[in-house]
Amino acid sequence: MNISMTLTVNGVKRTIDLDDPRLTLLDLLRERLHLTGTKKGCDRGQCGACTVLLEGRRINSCLALAISHDGADVLTIEGVAQGASLHPVQEAFVVHDGLQCGFCTPGQIMSAIGLIQEGQAGDDPERVRDGMSGNLCRCGAYQGITAAVLEAQKALGATTREEAA
Amino acid sequence: MKTFDYVRPATIREAVAAASDPGAAYLAAGTNLLDLMKGGITGPSRLVDINRIPGLDHIEDLSDGGVRIGALVRNADLACDRTFARRFPAVAEALLSGASAQLRNAATVGGNLLQRTRCAYFYDVASACNKRAPGSGCDARGGDNRLHAIMGWSDSCIATHPSDFCVPLVALDAIVEIEGRAGRREIPLEMFHRLPGDAPQRESVLEPGEMIVAVRLPAEAARFAGHARYLKIRERTSYAFAVVSAAAALRVEGETITQARLALGGVAMKPWRAREAEAILAGAPADGALFHRAAEAALADAKPSGDNGFKIELARRIVVRALTLAAAGTPVRLPALPASPFAAVSGAVIHA
Repeated sequence: MNISMTLTVNGVKRTIDLDDPRLTLLDLLRERLHLTGTKKGCDRGQCGACTVLLEGRRINSCLALAISHDGADVLTIEGVAQGASLHPVQEAFVVHDGLQCGFCTPGQIMSAIGLIQEGQAGDDPERVRDGMSGNLCRCGAYQGITAAVLEAQKALGATTREEAA
Repeated sequence: MKTFDYVRPATIREAVAAASDPGAAYLAAGTNLLDLMKGGITGPSRLVDINRIPGLDHIEDLSDGGVRIGALVRNADLACDRTFARRFPAVAEALLSGASAQLRNAATVGGNLLQRTRCAYFYDVASACNKRAPGSGCDARGGDNRLHAIMGWSDSCIATHPSDFCVPLVALDAIVEIEGRAGRREIPLEMFHRLPGDAPQRESVLEPGEMIVAVRLPAEAARFAGHARYLKIRERTSYAFAVVSAAAALRVEGETITQARLALGGVAMKPWRAREAEAILAGAPADGALFHRAAEAALADAKPSGDNGFKIELARRIVVRALTLAAAGTPVRLPALPASPFAAVSGAVIHA
């Protein structure tokens, strides 16, 4: 069964001929579009390494069936920098050592971008930690990650919403 | 993963027809289903993708004061809907204490009700499991079962239902709207999940092809808004399933509780409504001694299913704590760690 689908990935419309409905969004990005910045960690929704923004919202791409998202807009780590200039979240991860081995970092950064856009955490480190708890870092760079998210949020001038979530 | 046919119906009627054949399963976000399919725990021959059916993703205020939540509303959208969270704060707190932000952005209301147990023996296809392979036995009995059921379990299954969301919903008399070949019907959420008995493979009252289209909360549920909390013990403070949880909702006049709602999570294969405890609480002065008596009543029928007797005492203490927090009043803003017993609650409370 061949199914044709489209995705707008990092602003570019792509047409994909699917020969297998079992393909996840993660495998489509990595194996078909060769965008290997998005990482496959657990492949079961437990580690967050595969986080991308789907229609502007962070999700686990390993638990999204590609065909179900025909026509959707996807942002991956490859699409966040502007040419040679890093995204403010990337910049902050570098400044605060928000990584060691780097495997979880694309997922951490996409999750942080999603979290800042959601606008629920404010400048409370505890809310940032809770909001980032879907991204595991086995090197344990959590302190740097939290500091980076808080600084990037400030740099982006994100509005904080104080009401109950 | 076993392969499958993929269909994308445009209407509920088409979806029900496509899902009525044996081997068919509904696909919403797939956050639980895809995981189960990858592990070979389930292998549907047809996926009926309901995501494009219009009208299932609305949060609708009803003229009678209730609210109707479409089956495709995403967990995060419901929890962050300001009007909803203000009227049903314990439901919002439960939602935000579940899963991760990524999963809450995808996972749906209907899928939450239908999620499968996290029993490790159900997930391990090399283990005997009456739920996954009826008649094969239950390796959880006599296995590593410290997180298993303490209420309503049977010799064939000691699994628990993992939902947080369902716990305050059942306390607040939520109704499930279902559509099938015979048309639409509705049932209280409290009656929706089935205890294992000798057929643990049947987890809900849904008949083949039937689909959850919405969940409703009655107007009366909003009257508890000033004193409603969800409390959840986890083995880590965020992104973990409940060991035991409780939703407590009170109406208080002066120092007296006029009406009480209480339900437990993580204790059985369904969210567990504690009506005897509610009867003890109603009309009594809100104090610690009363909350202890209510907790005793709520756990009166509890029985360890293995190495999990500690959950009974833990559940009693969670009930007391949840009632104490509810009596103190719903905070205006949810704590940074929703539902956590470690969360400091500071600032003003809602006076509803």
